[in-house]
Amino acid sequence: MTGFIGGLFRFRRGPWEMLATILIALGVFMLMQPFVMVLYTYSFIVTLIGTVMFIIVSHFPE
Amino acid sequence: MACDRKGHGMSNTPIDRIAAGTPQGVAKRVRGLSDRAIAWIFIAPTIFLLLAVNIFPLIWTIRLSFTNFRVNRPNRDVEWVGLRNYERILNDSDIWSTMQATAHFLFWTIAIQVLIGFTIAYLINKKFRGNDLWTTIIVFPMMLSPAVVGNFWTFLYQPQIGLFNYVVAFFTGADPASFSMIGDVHLAPWAIVIADTWMWTPFVMLICLAGLRSIPDSIYEAAECDRASKWRQFWTITIPMVLPFLMLAVLFRGIENFKMFDLVVQLTGGGPGNTTTLTSIDLKREAFEKWRTGYSSAYAVVLFVTVFGLASIYVKALNKVKER
Repeated sequence: MTGFIGGLFRFRRGPWEMLATILIALGVFMLMQPFVMVLYTYSFIVTLIGTVMFIIVSHFPE
Repeated sequence: MACDRKGHGMSNTPIDRIAAGTPQGVAKRVRGLSDRAIAWIFIAPTIFLLLAVNIFPLIWTIRLSFTNFRVNRPNRDVEWVGLRNYERILNDSDIWSTMQATAHFLFWTIAIQVLIGFTIAYLINKKFRGNDLWTTIIVFPMMLSPAVVGNFWTFLYQPQIGLFNYVVAFFTGADPASFSMIGDVHLAPWAIVIADTWMWTPFVMLICLAGLRSIPDSIYEAAECDRASKWRQFWTITIPMVLPFLMLAVLFRGIENFKMFDLVVQLTGGGPGNTTTLTSIDLKREAFEKWRTGYSSAYAVVLFVTVFGLASIYVKALNKVKER
């Protein structure tokens, strides 16, 4: 966990990609879940942030 | 090579013969260009096509998604509506239910197709007589048009005359006319899953078969020497080595089923009610039946970002598996 947070501060690709992946997965789950409408409403912005973040951080150093 | 020191000598290699055949004017012009410039000349048509066919429509769709443009009223003033289209889409309970229908369809088709496809591939991979004939027979549904498949599954699902109902009745003892796969709100989502599974399981099987045939026999022989059981060989050799192929199959099927249209339209038309209205069907209705171009552009952007995000993490996972 410490390594993960350290990697985020040092702008390393691995932890940032992991964060972006979690955001995308969360956004898609929010979009398609049948439980709470509010989650659906905010799903797109979460997925969009995750996707844009993924594109940017894939250029970070390993 | 029989060239002189300056490299202008004649020889009999094919490259030199082609160079000798090039008209003087063209040769002079090309000689003045760097390798990089020549490379750009070769890839420029492809880049131009990519920009014209993929990138420009994407940017144009994003632009339209912020307007109230209607393509059936081209002369009307187009207003900039900001994020209003996105707000309406993300607060619309009907679109939310189409997302759920799509999720149900995606999850179950992929899960069942991978399970059955891998099992069939595993069995077909064993050496037996008529192996190739069976592979051809199994692949047959994949060669049909989705519209044709949708059409004949509507006949199979007919409560009165449909073969499917009679098969179910044979195994369960229920009256064949007592249920309608297409007319029942609980059964219709499964009706499209079954038809798609019938059609596309052979595709998953083919990819798995390619993966299974790429595993060298020597690995199994080494495992035999180490007295590894068949069960252990399956979990430690077969599954890890087929996994990249399986993941590719899931990626292809996931993207294809996310935009599934023709089979479902032909089979259920999105009904009963909205139970089998997938996002692609709903999007088509918004764009080309209600002619709400700006609104449907925003809808398309939402779907695009979702598929793009999913494909990104999936490709990353695939690369990791291949590196192992």
